[in-house]
Amino acid sequence: MTGKLNLDPVIVHQARELARQAGQPVTELARTHTTVSVERAVLRLAGLDGADSDGMPWVNRLTDAIRESVGLEHGVALPAWDALLAGGYPDLRTLAVDAAAGLVKFRLPAGDDGDAARQAADRSVRKGISLIDARRAERDQMLAATSDPPMPWIYLIVATGDIYEDIPQAQAAAREGADVIAVIRSTGQSLLDYVPEGATREGYAGTYATQENFRLMRAALDDVSRELGRYVRLTNYASGLCMPEIAVLAGMQRLDMMLNDCMYGIIFRDINPVRTFIDQRFSRQVHARAGIVINTGEDNYLTTADAVDAAHTVVVSQLLNEYFGREAGLADSQLGLGHAFEINPEVPDSFLLELAHAQLIRELFPDAPLKYMPPTKHMTGNVFAGYLLDAFFNLAGLMTGQSILLIGMMTEGIHTPFLSDRDLALENVRYVRRAAGQLGASFRPEPDGFVAQRARQVLAEAIDLLRTIGSQGLLTAIAEGTFGVTKRPPDGGRGLDGVVQRAEGYFNPATSMLEAAEVAR
Amino acid sequence: MSLTGKIGGIGIVRPYGDTTGDGRVQLSFTLPVPFGAETERARAEGAALQLAAKMGLDPAMVVHAKGMGPDFTFFIVYGRVSHVVDLSAVTVAEREFPVLPAAEVNLRIRSALGRKLVVVGACIGTDAHTVGIDAILNVKGHAGEKGLEYYREIRVVNMGSQVGVADLVARAEAERADAVLVSQVVTQRDAHLSNTREMAGAFRRELGEQRPLLVAGGPRFDPGAARDLGVDKIFGRGTTPSEVASYLVHALAPQEGAT
Repeated sequence: MTGKLNLDPVIVHQARELARQAGQPVTELARTHTTVSVERAVLRLAGLDGADSDGMPWVNRLTDAIRESVGLEHGVALPAWDALLAGGYPDLRTLAVDAAAGLVKFRLPAGDDGDAARQAADRSVRKGISLIDARRAERDQMLAATSDPPMPWIYLIVATGDIYEDIPQAQAAAREGADVIAVIRSTGQSLLDYVPEGATREGYAGTYATQENFRLMRAALDDVSRELGRYVRLTNYASGLCMPEIAVLAGMQRLDMMLNDCMYGIIFRDINPVRTFIDQRFSRQVHARAGIVINTGEDNYLTTADAVDAAHTVVVSQLLNEYFGREAGLADSQLGLGHAFEINPEVPDSFLLELAHAQLIRELFPDAPLKYMPPTKHMTGNVFAGYLLDAFFNLAGLMTGQSILLIGMMTEGIHTPFLSDRDLALENVRYVRRAAGQLGASFRPEPDGFVAQRARQVLAEAIDLLRTIGSQGLLTAIAEGTFGVTKRPPDGGRGLDGVVQRAEGYFNPATSMLEAAEVAR
Repeated sequence: MSLTGKIGGIGIVRPYGDTTGDGRVQLSFTLPVPFGAETERARAEGAALQLAAKMGLDPAMVVHAKGMGPDFTFFIVYGRVSHVVDLSAVTVAEREFPVLPAAEVNLRIRSALGRKLVVVGACIGTDAHTVGIDAILNVKGHAGEKGLEYYREIRVVNMGSQVGVADLVARAEAERADAVLVSQVVTQRDAHLSNTREMAGAFRRELGEQRPLLVAGGPRFDPGAARDLGVDKIFGRGTTPSEVASYLVHALAPQEGAT
């Protein structure tokens, strides 16, 4: 597959090296800080779930109580398990109830008490990590018992707001040929600093990501996977203010892919950059352990900026996502780097430009399961023209060996897809695959032709931009509006008050286990 | 009267296929009926034709029918519609301001103000529901439209939720805000109304004539109550970012030559 564009390996290596240099200081920040959501994720791994009568999760109540009393600089685990042991509590839930009522006096234990608390925390959190390991093994068993569909995987979305409506729709989509089902989240969930609880039937333009909704949908897709003899993957979103916790819930409920970008929340949701990078690293460590494929969000840049002018920002973001992903322990086969078919169809040679971009990314990341997003920006309401554009998208995806095709709907931007929209979309991709599935093998752009030259130009522009980012620092670059169209200073945005610098003696049993696994790999 | 075309400038018209007045239209829809065995297929097509007839298509022809799963059938139907359109009876809703594309909004701000238009947004009072204000302000936007942050010539300061009125006034003054957007979702004991009145009063008291344009939004507001609440504009449920942006330039960046 590689080698159609005559990319200079020295330049490719240079691009990766520049991404590493740009990302490293941010990684250092993540290593020396924690967040409220990272700490809550530790409690979730230890099995604390459920919510109080106001719907506020017990992990939030306990973390807040500890923060008010002894701070989070040493992590939540040390004071939590110390109080658990000292108070003779049977479990974390009972402790959380008392803590929320102000009945628990927390402290930072030293000496033998400290050792006892650390050991108890280790034991509890290890159960959560073991559960994630078991789920990963269960996925392998399911894949063996059914089958793993060939790439490109057909990726379809459901988004009714009601998990009990989503389930039959997802099962129908799987029967119609979907290999991956994504459940879109309710608008605004990314800005909630807690994860809602239970099965939910009300969401706006999507369904809440909750542990119970994850469980219900995975079970339903397991049923249909067995029925079809083909494993149907489930996708959700580990983005927003609760990335670490949602990653844990996804690992514990065997989700297969998670939207998880290193900068999306910063740029598009005005979430604090520092908070995002810290949360992102922990969530990716969990995804690495769980065998979850992440999907990055570069397609979003092309919905705000021009897809030709901003093509290189996609490559820069992919290189950064790759650096941060690998650093957190993700294998290349878990890096579902994103891009999109968003060039204005009025532009001459737009299809050739799309081929150049898609092929460039395929060759830069040969082992990554690339996720290719269909046109949205130039879907005008003319559903007939839109259907044609989607066919060209499918063709570009097949010609350039993309791994995951999000199937475009001709009614994009009009309404959430009708049953018939989805059926027609699948008919479209089936036709293109049948007619031209082998075209990629015969597709050899001329060495110095339009496509190859354009690809090399985009790579060169990406390197220039990476150099600028490297010299000013990634956080400064984000503050100055390098990505997307907005400026996001490191002291602005939501969730900064949830960032805490780690003190000497910071203790997080999950991080220790997740990082030890990386070293062992 | 002939139904085949326009008469004397005003018109009665019918859909045009390939001949004036042929009334031909196309239609596609799904019925929850199976399309499996031959008898089922005949019944499904009959069902589609019945619907077409009730919609005024006579004659109608099912040109395509396809089963989707065990329970549904998709149809494409062509037919001659018996209805006519009376152009003199067409009414066009008048709008206070036109909805403009982003490029036009940016251009209007540049030429009228010569600087960025500054918008300060917040959820005031105890309201923690930022979904509304975020949908309007965040780049991510709402309903397929990018939020105000996406507009190159608009500078957005989003103060988030549970912002005190005094803080909002101070920030608006410090940022030299051209407009202040407040969102109110919670309506218990009419909190959205009293909060909005309080906010408008505070801006009048502190800044007088220099106050920014005041805009309130939320699902339970009556769009006609702006004057009563002391604000310049109220947006109700389903408002999109481009409507808000277009209103802002309408109010703050009038087109050259316009009065």
